[in-house]
Amino acid sequence: MSTTVPNPQSIPGTNVSAVSRRWRGVTSTGFSRVLGVATLVLVVWLVLFGLLFSPPDQTQQSSVRIMYIHVPTAWVAYLAFGVTGLSSAMYLFRRAHSLAWDRVAGASAEIGVMFMALTLITGSLWGRLTWGVYWAWDARLTTTAFLFVTYVGYLAVRRLGGSHQARAKRSAVLGLLAVIEIPLVHFSVELWRSLHQEASVANPSGDVKMDGLMLFSLFVGLIAFSLLYFWLVLHRQRAMYLEDQYDDADLDVALVERRAETKEQSRA
Amino acid sequence: MPALTAAVGSDMWRTARLVAAKDLGIEWRSRQVTNQVLPFAGLTLVLFAFALDRDDITARVAPGLFWLATTFSLIVLVQRTFAVETADGALDTLRVAGVDPAGIYLGKALALAAQLVVLEALLLVGVIVFYASHIRPAGIVLVIVTAFLATSGLAFVGTLYGGLAAGAKGRETLLPLLLLPVVAPVLIGATRAFEAAFGTRGGEGIRAGVEISDGWPWVGMLAIFAAVFGAAGVLAFGPLLEEA
Repeated sequence: MSTTVPNPQSIPGTNVSAVSRRWRGVTSTGFSRVLGVATLVLVVWLVLFGLLFSPPDQTQQSSVRIMYIHVPTAWVAYLAFGVTGLSSAMYLFRRAHSLAWDRVAGASAEIGVMFMALTLITGSLWGRLTWGVYWAWDARLTTTAFLFVTYVGYLAVRRLGGSHQARAKRSAVLGLLAVIEIPLVHFSVELWRSLHQEASVANPSGDVKMDGLMLFSLFVGLIAFSLLYFWLVLHRQRAMYLEDQYDDADLDVALVERRAETKEQSRA
Repeated sequence: MPALTAAVGSDMWRTARLVAAKDLGIEWRSRQVTNQVLPFAGLTLVLFAFALDRDDITARVAPGLFWLATTFSLIVLVQRTFAVETADGALDTLRVAGVDPAGIYLGKALALAAQLVVLEALLLVGVIVFYASHIRPAGIVLVIVTAFLATSGLAFVGTLYGGLAAGAKGRETLLPLLLLPVVAPVLIGATRAFEAAFGTRGGEGIRAGVEISDGWPWVGMLAIFAAVFGAAGVLAFGPLLEEA
């Protein structure tokens, strides 16, 4: 379908319904479709390796299988927030102030928040099984929770309204502030916990010797979720592009209508 | 009026002084903070006592409650300090007049810090009266330095995020969501430093017999926090005002 779609720049701003009809379901390209298929194959692999082929852990039994989702989602969330910070900087410090960077930042943050939520959920389930509690005030856990809340706030700021450039600038500044905030939070929590208790709570990934098949499953998970992330970002930022176009088209329609009104009035 | 612009805009610190004097002047006349925010802060201290119920517990957690009450009041103060600017388009006027945004930022942060200091002084009295806390004589310097740095950090962060949310729809509900995660390091650091100065937590628990010197690493962290966000605010406030 993508070959028949016109260049986005050439969308006539006055015909909103035609725009929405034409652009329905066309956030994909040849590349993103290949990426999507590859992601799907790897996810199936991950299910097979994670649930069937990999052995249960000696102490954790089958609950170790949560790790095959938990670790990749955490990795993707951190990757996503890194991309958001980088894109924010690109938007702010490049002279062009391209909205494309802003949309990548926004799309990446949305997906990061979703994956971070999955990390927190899977992590607390695993914690309940292994540590006996859903939550522990460990530095890493606390920083992760703060990351989650910070980017929920970032997404709220993106929805404040105003022009696209206003949204982009405001959220780019916030995206960069988040980058300096997180190390400070992590540092303070680390200092707090290290003063507070002698031994840290069980370190989930420390120096554990891993079975080869387990390590492989985890590796498959990391790649599968990374591909899933890129696939989602590609689609989401294109969808955001269409939303922006739609907004602009709305404005153009309103302008045309007002002009028509004044013409009628001057005629009458 | 280029002459005026040059006179005001060229000197960041002069602008800051003027803006701070303006903000404090408005407060002096309206008494909104004095009549509303200070009682609110005092009320939270009383409510904490209701919730925690036991005297020995409130005495032990007094430093934390002090900084929690300060943090909650900070949100109200920031709302107020930007309501003044956005109400009659005052911020736009400042911007059109070509006033240095860094100067505006520092001025507003300064006025906010001044209000916070008054609030904290009264809260300290409240904590001593209601929670039977007492500061160790050797800890007085620690309390003053901690309060100074924590207040600077809170004022810098509050002004920065207040400016970010200023003029936007739904800012009343947005500001706490943005601000509270960011000020968490101040809450942690200032509370631990005050605990050292107050000598709470001593006698039992994991940190039996906390020393005054245990508080000073936190002071270092508070200083880093204030410096980082002060610099970020000076740099970022211009772009934020441009689009507001």
